[in-house]
Amino acid sequence: MGKEKSKSGPLARRPDNSAFKQQRLPAWTPMLTASTVLPSFYLLALICMLLGVWLLLTVQNTQEMKVDYTEAGSCNLCFEMRKNVSNAGQKCTCMIMFSIEKAFKGDVFIYYGLRNFHQNLRRYMDSRDDGQMLGRKSNLKSPSSYCKPFDVDEKGVPIAPCGAVANSMFNDSFILTYYTINGPTVVPLLRKGLTWYTDKNVKYRNPKMDNLTLPEVFEGTTRPPYWQKPVYQLDPFDPNNNGFINDDLLVWMREAAFPNFKKLYGFLYRANKPFTKGLPAGNYSVAISYNFPVQYFKGRKEVVLTTVSWFGGQNHFLPIAYLVTSGLILLTAVVLTVVWWKFGKDGKNMAD
Amino acid sequence: MKTKIKMCKQKKYNKIRFFFPYLYPFIILILSIFQSDRIHQSGKKDALYKENLLLRGCTIRNTEEAVGIVIYAGHETKAMLNNNGPRYKRSKLERQMNVDVFWCVIILLVMCLFAALGHGLWMFQYGDKRPVFDVLSPEGTNLSPIMSAIYLFLTMIIVFQVLIPISLFVSIEIVKICQVYFIHQDADLYDEETDSHLQCRALNITEDLGQMQYIFSDKTGTLTENKMVFRRCTVAGVEYSHDANAKRIAMYQEMDSEEEECMSHGGTLPRRDSVGSHQSARVLRSHSTKSHRRTGSRAEAKRASILSKHTAFSSPMEKDITPDPQLLDKVNDCSSQLDFMRLHSQPMSQLPSDLSDVFDFFIALTICNTVVVSSPNQPRQKVSSSLNRSSNKGGSSMQSCPSAESTLTKLNEEQSSSVMEHAFSPAPPSYDGKAFCTPEEGELRYEAESPDEAALVYAARAYKCSLVGRLPDQVTVELPHLGKLNFELLHTLGFDSTRKRMSVVVRHPLTDQITVYTKGADSVIMELIRPPITGKQKKKILCRTQNYLNLYAADGLRTLCIAKKVRSHKDEYAHWLQHHLQAETAIQRREELLFESALRLETNLQLLGATGIEDRLQDGVPETIASLRKAGLQIWVLTGDKQETAVNIAYACKLLDPEEELLTLNADSQEACKLLLEESLHYIQIYPSSPLSSHAASDSVHGLGLVIDGRTLAYALDASLEDTFLTVARSCRSVLCCRSTPLQKSMVVKLVRNKLKVMTLAIGDGANDVSMIQVADVGVGISGQEGMQAVMASDFALPRFRYLQKLLLVHGHWCYSRLANMILYFFYKNAMFVALIFWYQFYCGFSGSAMIDQWYLIFFNLMFSSFPQLISGTLDKDVSAETLQQLPQLYTSGQNSEEYKPYMFWMNMIDAFYQSLVCFFIPYFAYTDSDVDLFTWGTPITTIALLTILLHLGIETKTWVRSWFSPAGSFTAAAHVTWKDHLFSSFDLF
Repeated sequence: MGKEKSKSGPLARRPDNSAFKQQRLPAWTPMLTASTVLPSFYLLALICMLLGVWLLLTVQNTQEMKVDYTEAGSCNLCFEMRKNVSNAGQKCTCMIMFSIEKAFKGDVFIYYGLRNFHQNLRRYMDSRDDGQMLGRKSNLKSPSSYCKPFDVDEKGVPIAPCGAVANSMFNDSFILTYYTINGPTVVPLLRKGLTWYTDKNVKYRNPKMDNLTLPEVFEGTTRPPYWQKPVYQLDPFDPNNNGFINDDLLVWMREAAFPNFKKLYGFLYRANKPFTKGLPAGNYSVAISYNFPVQYFKGRKEVVLTTVSWFGGQNHFLPIAYLVTSGLILLTAVVLTVVWWKFGKDGKNMAD
Repeated sequence: MKTKIKMCKQKKYNKIRFFFPYLYPFIILILSIFQSDRIHQSGKKDALYKENLLLRGCTIRNTEEAVGIVIYAGHETKAMLNNNGPRYKRSKLERQMNVDVFWCVIILLVMCLFAALGHGLWMFQYGDKRPVFDVLSPEGTNLSPIMSAIYLFLTMIIVFQVLIPISLFVSIEIVKICQVYFIHQDADLYDEETDSHLQCRALNITEDLGQMQYIFSDKTGTLTENKMVFRRCTVAGVEYSHDANAKRIAMYQEMDSEEEECMSHGGTLPRRDSVGSHQSARVLRSHSTKSHRRTGSRAEAKRASILSKHTAFSSPMEKDITPDPQLLDKVNDCSSQLDFMRLHSQPMSQLPSDLSDVFDFFIALTICNTVVVSSPNQPRQKVSSSLNRSSNKGGSSMQSCPSAESTLTKLNEEQSSSVMEHAFSPAPPSYDGKAFCTPEEGELRYEAESPDEAALVYAARAYKCSLVGRLPDQVTVELPHLGKLNFELLHTLGFDSTRKRMSVVVRHPLTDQITVYTKGADSVIMELIRPPITGKQKKKILCRTQNYLNLYAADGLRTLCIAKKVRSHKDEYAHWLQHHLQAETAIQRREELLFESALRLETNLQLLGATGIEDRLQDGVPETIASLRKAGLQIWVLTGDKQETAVNIAYACKLLDPEEELLTLNADSQEACKLLLEESLHYIQIYPSSPLSSHAASDSVHGLGLVIDGRTLAYALDASLEDTFLTVARSCRSVLCCRSTPLQKSMVVKLVRNKLKVMTLAIGDGANDVSMIQVADVGVGISGQEGMQAVMASDFALPRFRYLQKLLLVHGHWCYSRLANMILYFFYKNAMFVALIFWYQFYCGFSGSAMIDQWYLIFFNLMFSSFPQLISGTLDKDVSAETLQQLPQLYTSGQNSEEYKPYMFWMNMIDAFYQSLVCFFIPYFAYTDSDVDLFTWGTPITTIALLTILLHLGIETKTWVRSWFSPAGSFTAAAHVTWKDHLFSSFDLF
């Protein structure tokens, strides 16, 4: 406006004759004609096809094995036992046999899977105190109200880690055994490095130690009601893997998107034979320390062994989706071509 | 005796000329200009009445002193009392949109209800044993499924609230402001002549311009220029056709077109050389048309009107009148004879009657008006020189301007001693030379109340009979041989619409007789003419003049009759004056008394002649009307003019086609009107190509034109007949309402708007169109000659009528299609985003958790998806401006609301749900059974959804390149935030 005012004279208010103001900016209106549409359809079909085939080959190279142990084999007893809450303190172990027909090559990931467990419930997800998990002392002793009713116990002692998410942490453990001709060999598992870097180092931290030991730091807090041991004793073997930065806890705290999910339990340690190339084919057993009750919500528990490619675990959906899409596009393209060939080839309609 | 001259008459002009905020006065002043010492001394009463009312914004000139009474101030002013907020016009599109927003709410509630039901059932299936993930309430108690369903319902409303497009309202406002900006900036809607461009005064109804169905137009000043050009006259039964003048006007029109071509070739600046020619314009043109060609170009006209912006009605076209040689000879002849007679002291009555008629005719043209003279050097005549003349006091136009009392006394004096020399002497020496500039010093400018008056004065000047000065009690006229003559102005009876005439009472300087000159509408004057007792000659003159008048009207000219009456007896006049003064000072029934008094004076007139003034059509009016009609718009003309003139103008501007059949409705009574309407309805029904729909009407060659006059209209607008009237009017291709009052205009608009449920546009320029402009869906004011009232009331102000074409066909169409698409897109966008969350509810126990991060939800409308469609909503063009103007038929898409039909909302909703289904389930199946966590999975979904939404916009956008960068930019922003988000999630609670 200031520019306009600076002008004077009889035609002072004439609008600028610029392309922008006169709405004459160069523009391109896409014109769809047979010669542009048909090739692009074929090209798209081709691209989808190639992608689909490529992904399919990748996915075919991965292997997956699921062992449901909810009530299978000797776990049946444990399942019945966990139905009763009063037995929560009692230990229960069971074992399940399974066999692998084809060797798992490369890195093998061991997951525990849960079905029908809604980690994505709104109230459940909110029931945590990130400030506490971050190591803030104030939050340690007075957890956020989001944690209610798992913020303090009956005596008013603050719970660390507070909230329903931590409280419901999965606490079964597995020992995998491989049965060779020479006898059973425990499959060595790496139980470290299961988490995201940011989780382990940034989002979750123990409260400042100040030359105190971890139990001292957590003094004045209590364990979540469903836990059997306090948070600073989660890993009896590695003292650095305790407290809020325990790998299992971190994996659990990252809430799953769906009610059927799996979470990383460990990797196959491939330093020693016969596991250098992965899991060989043969008979295996998995011994389970059965603690986690699932019968209330008709849940299932399973152990999942899988190898991964760059694409992730075994999932056939995407390659198939690509192939189907490719097929549909191709079909459309063919139909369009036929229509064009029969009716519009002379170009009269198309040119308009 | 110290007195002051006050140009009381000038006050009136000022009122008109400076009356911009007519409708919005803050302080209303009653102001009476009178001689203060006098009223104290004599104790004389002075009446105040509505003519003394000065509204806010008036400028008082030519007085040193003013005494006033503030009558309304503060909260009692008209402005404050009327100010119950401007009428909020809501556009049709917005009304439609609000319905769909309402549907959105219903969809939201249904979704929430569904989720709540789902959650209740989900809770119910677990029975009494609560799963470990089902968190108890903070108090540690268990919620029953029903209670948690109710809580969830409320939660869901918050989660899904994006579905209600609140940001849509903001975005619409932003887009409209941008649209208004572009309309403002359109160089095609800029008028060089007045240096004005289109003004959008309403910011919220731009898109209505694209949906108009009916146009109601005023005639004078809207279709026509409201620049009166003197075309022909008849004096004493002899017609002077002014062929040369007609040629000259034709030349102007020719020049116009040449000029336009020249302008388009030669850039934007008008030629400089024409500046100087303005000054020479006063020199009366010889018959040589060559010189006109050179200087009388439109550029000059423009130039001149720019320079003389302050002077009303004075473009060269109006000023330069080529006199008819025959008549000019007669004038010269007459004045030389008069001069001769004066020198030889012969009585004036010896002048041949036809010559004296010619002389009186021009004198009447010159003095029977309220034109104020000013010179360019001194544009405002500020006379402060003391004169030993009679004093005056302020008053209405009806009131005698010179102090009537003093006139009376003077009359008495003068009866005894006639002071003929006094009046006869050319220009009394006491006059300040500066006040009356002679033509040699510079061109005189005439400022008139109405363009007709100015045209007549200019016409008279062309015959060397020029008005050189006007004082409250004296008019100075310069004549070729006689020099300056001073007419003592005894009385002025101003123009009013009931009498339709005005009169001046002067003392003729040559004969010393008191003469009444009257000018007015032919119908009125003809009735007042003294029936000729003597001679066939007079009768013949009367008859002939009437014939010519009819001829003029048939040519579309505005006709005026000039008449005079000589009062030889001063007693008679004095008698009348006394009565009149009583009427003026009467407190009760003043108006009536004044009217009666005027009637007493204006009787037994002697016809002098008649004039025909042309009100030229504005440029491009026929073309505009033709293309608007092609665009499916019904054009009705509502005018206050008489039927013949209106019909002729209608033919001239191609509103009526010569091949069309005209239905003329003139009825005197309700019954007659009813009969007429029924008859015409019957006629229409049996009419072979009777087109009852507007579509068919444009196809059929033989349309019907309806002409209805004001009186019949009043009957037709009666509640019992209005339906019949509408049926008749609808089936006619064009409707012409003449002699209609402002109220009737607005009633017609209201009737059509309410009964036919159509979008109406009213266009007009004067105060009499204000009501119609306010009633219509879109009011357009022509920022022309007749003040600013129409512009103040309008939503859009155009400099010319022809700009309506581009405004409607191009900008209207664009605004409508842009906004309609934007609104639909908004609904789609929000529904699509919300549906993603909705699908997720099936996997999280309908608990109301969202896989989309809070930040995305907040920024979605704010950053990620707002700019692209704002830009496409502002800049997208579905069809180019050229095509839209060439093919006005494209406008019908807006009229039929084709861009935004109710089903389109649902189509968009279904589309949105389908797209969100795809966007949700592809990632779902891709990640199912994996160890993905909620937000790691939610982020790709958000990204895919955003890309889809932007791609959808890309497909919706008709013209690319300009808008391509906005989705790209938006996506960049989204990517940026995604990246940031990872940082944030890492540093979550810092």
